[in-house]
Amino acid sequence: MKPTDISAPDYFHKVVDCQWACPAHTPVPEYIRLIAEGRYSDAYMINWKSNVFPGILGRTCDRPCEPACRRGRVEDNPVAICRLKRVAADFKDDIKHRLPKPGPKNGKRIALVGGGPASLSVARDLAPLGYHCTVFDGDPKAGGMMRSQIPKFRLPDSVIDEETDYILDLGVEFKGGQRVDSLKQLLSENYDAIFVGSGAPRGRELDIPGRKEAGANIHIGIEWLANVSFGHVDKIGRRVIVLGGGNTAMDCCRTARRLGGESVKVVVRSGFEEMKASPWEKEDAIHEDIPILNYMVPVAFKHVAGKLIGVTFQKVRAEYDDKGRRNLVPSGEPDETIPCDDVLVAVGQENAFPWIEADCGIEFDKWHMPKVDPKTFVSTNPKVFFGGDAAFGPKNIIWAVAHGHDAALSIHKMLSGEDINERPLPEVHVSSQKMGIHEWSYDNDISADKRFKVPHRDKVVALKDIRAEVELGYDLKLALGEAQRCLNCDVQTVFSAPLCIECDACVDICPMDCISFTENGEEDDLRQRLKAPSPHHDQALYVSGDLKTGRVMVKDEDVCLHCGLCAERCPTGAWDMQKYLIDMVQAGSTCQSKARSAA
Amino acid sequence: MTYIAKPKFHHPGLKKNELGYTHRDYEGKISTLCAGCGHDSITASIIEACYELSIEPHRVAKISGIGCSSKTPDYFLGNSHGFNSVHGRMPSVLTGANLANRDLIYLGVSGDGDSASIGFGQFAHSIRRAVNMTYIVENNGVYGLTKGQFSATADRGSKSKKGVTNTDNAIDLVAIALQLGATFVARSFSGDKTQLVPLIAAAIRHKGASFIDVISPCIAFNNHAGSTKSFDYVREHNDAVNRLDVLVGREPISVDYAPGTVQVVEQHDGSRLALRKLDADYDPHDRLGAMTFLQKHAAKGQIVTGLLYVDPDAEDLHTHLDTVETPLNTMDEQALCPGSAVLDKINASLR
Repeated sequence: MKPTDISAPDYFHKVVDCQWACPAHTPVPEYIRLIAEGRYSDAYMINWKSNVFPGILGRTCDRPCEPACRRGRVEDNPVAICRLKRVAADFKDDIKHRLPKPGPKNGKRIALVGGGPASLSVARDLAPLGYHCTVFDGDPKAGGMMRSQIPKFRLPDSVIDEETDYILDLGVEFKGGQRVDSLKQLLSENYDAIFVGSGAPRGRELDIPGRKEAGANIHIGIEWLANVSFGHVDKIGRRVIVLGGGNTAMDCCRTARRLGGESVKVVVRSGFEEMKASPWEKEDAIHEDIPILNYMVPVAFKHVAGKLIGVTFQKVRAEYDDKGRRNLVPSGEPDETIPCDDVLVAVGQENAFPWIEADCGIEFDKWHMPKVDPKTFVSTNPKVFFGGDAAFGPKNIIWAVAHGHDAALSIHKMLSGEDINERPLPEVHVSSQKMGIHEWSYDNDISADKRFKVPHRDKVVALKDIRAEVELGYDLKLALGEAQRCLNCDVQTVFSAPLCIECDACVDICPMDCISFTENGEEDDLRQRLKAPSPHHDQALYVSGDLKTGRVMVKDEDVCLHCGLCAERCPTGAWDMQKYLIDMVQAGSTCQSKARSAA
Repeated sequence: MTYIAKPKFHHPGLKKNELGYTHRDYEGKISTLCAGCGHDSITASIIEACYELSIEPHRVAKISGIGCSSKTPDYFLGNSHGFNSVHGRMPSVLTGANLANRDLIYLGVSGDGDSASIGFGQFAHSIRRAVNMTYIVENNGVYGLTKGQFSATADRGSKSKKGVTNTDNAIDLVAIALQLGATFVARSFSGDKTQLVPLIAAAIRHKGASFIDVISPCIAFNNHAGSTKSFDYVREHNDAVNRLDVLVGREPISVDYAPGTVQVVEQHDGSRLALRKLDADYDPHDRLGAMTFLQKHAAKGQIVTGLLYVDPDAEDLHTHLDTVETPLNTMDEQALCPGSAVLDKINASLR
């Protein structure tokens, strides 16, 4: 293998698994260290800069970072990154004075359709640069699906208000209760750019016999959740069936439990394991006495005299063809009818753009989705940009934020007369953490603690009040314990071949057997000859240049604890622990033209 | 010196030996030696050898004297017996322990100061008495703890860190061990674990006095130009006569070497040593030849390493003394001290 080019910004970025997995590339270890130091406001601001909604995401994020967390490969569970984010939000001081100020107006006007996370992220990035941002939303308050679809027992209004206000206070104009009905009309108002962040607002229908006849007691999940959220609905029947296996279904069933549903069941077509809902959301539902029944396909709504009495299901089992594709085939067991009073249908969401006229210059693909450039988020109309669920279908908040940053950068570049396809490289800072002979600026003593559980409100109390937040969040003692589980993956092991005398000290001390000195070879061959097995080929091998004996140093990044013992035991300083910070480019980043400076 | 404890986490895919232990289970406390010390690599090699042999840690007694080398038993086999004796007195403590309990595996760890100066006599007598042990000298040629004076194994003409030339002749412990009748003699280098680990494993399985001289560069005081015990010097002048694989149990010897280049030596306990010859003329059963070979190559400035001599049918001190099979420490008082009547009888027989 060729020597690893550690100056390529992506190399060390990938080693920070959580940050690499995060769509917004939040510098996770950096803010976790600040939490451990008690610097909650600083930790919050790092989050705010990159993911815009730390308090909201700290409660609701889909956490792509956690399955990626290195700790999950070292022991049973990853660091509770998401809930530590909430700690920063919960314990910060007033940070208003640290937020950017509305910039002097530059005369450019931006219209943002929809007041959810994507639009608000765009506004957050553009308003301080002097753009006049106008956000339109059909609902009276900002937040979009964060406010309408996520139950209050998971995300209180106060948190949404606080974090949407931080953005609106940047001089962003919010036009609540004004749904945009015509893009043509909006285009005619001569905005300099339009951003569409209208989400995936339509719940998918379930067209099976009885749907119309029993319609009074059959509700579309996201609409029903919005109605609950705005106080239009405050009760449901005693026996409730929720159809669907995603996170919306989990929100539906738990909401139903709080509105009078004594016997609430979730029924899914697939197997329990393949359900789309996040594992922790399934756990929370089961904890609230909601059984999840799997491999049952709804075939008919049963009704008597226009009144729903139950749902009939066909029993299926999974079969896999030779290509590994799953088919659900009837198992041959008799159909089962489950009696119920109400049904909540949460079988998916769809995009809908009835308000975009055919002659607006926006082309759609065969799935009726707008054609959007995945890098610049521009549509086929160069003035119109898309982001969030409106761009590529339903994902989650953190993706909407990431799209927002990229779209804002495109808009800023376009309106500055630059080519939006030229994306500046992020700036990278790498600096040694050495403080003394065996002293580092980070805590390199690895905690052996297991993942700490987040305290929950007592179930009896929680189920009585739909607005009582179930998760109480870590207290400071638990937060410190959890923060110390972080392996500081951004403090990188940096190797200098010319300094190495091949004394083997690093090999001998490495607790994870990450380091090998061996003859060079092709990657597949090298992976066979390392000191410990190397099962994760997506994890890089760090290969040095030739050493004096003709061998090379090979480090498998996979399960490195970043404990720095290799550097402590190195007599010549060939190993050093260097902190890697990457500054993702956002609209208005100071050094947009500068390429990057890596060590 | 490292202040944090080595994390308990280990690689999730680490292999386990027959006892279900990983090599991490054979570790001791974290080393307090200087960063990069060759002794730490010897420690790692002992750990690896014991892991590969699936040795039960409680069946090992590690005994040492004084010095950097003699600190190392704290860093391996944390669950074994240990005795850190007076300077240079490791061999007599080990001999005593061995006589009292012949069932343990004895690992004597010493250095060039401990064995070639203050304990030279002790070293000599434990070897000539054929105590069943593995005697490892971690040989760096300097007194590291007192800041780098030449030790008795420093070569004449080699230079100290301050530039002083050594005018005294060096003691070659391997030559002495051969001369005194050690039945397993090897030399190796801390920077070459592929050679060292099998040598330690073979020595542990050898019945009789096994001696291994391991050249172990002192990073702080003896790793400069002009030193003959530096990483660079040893790598440049290393003349390995053979490579060794230790085979325990019945598995067949995989012959992926050129025919005639592998010599199989069966030891007393059934373990087999597969020796890959690197020097076609070298015969590890020829004590006299080994001594001559060593002298010739030393004169050329070469450091001969590998398994230099082995007598697979060796006997040990217990055989010579015709002691009982039962370890003395498991006998009761009556058996050990049968009373004055028996003593009178013995005395009478000697009159």
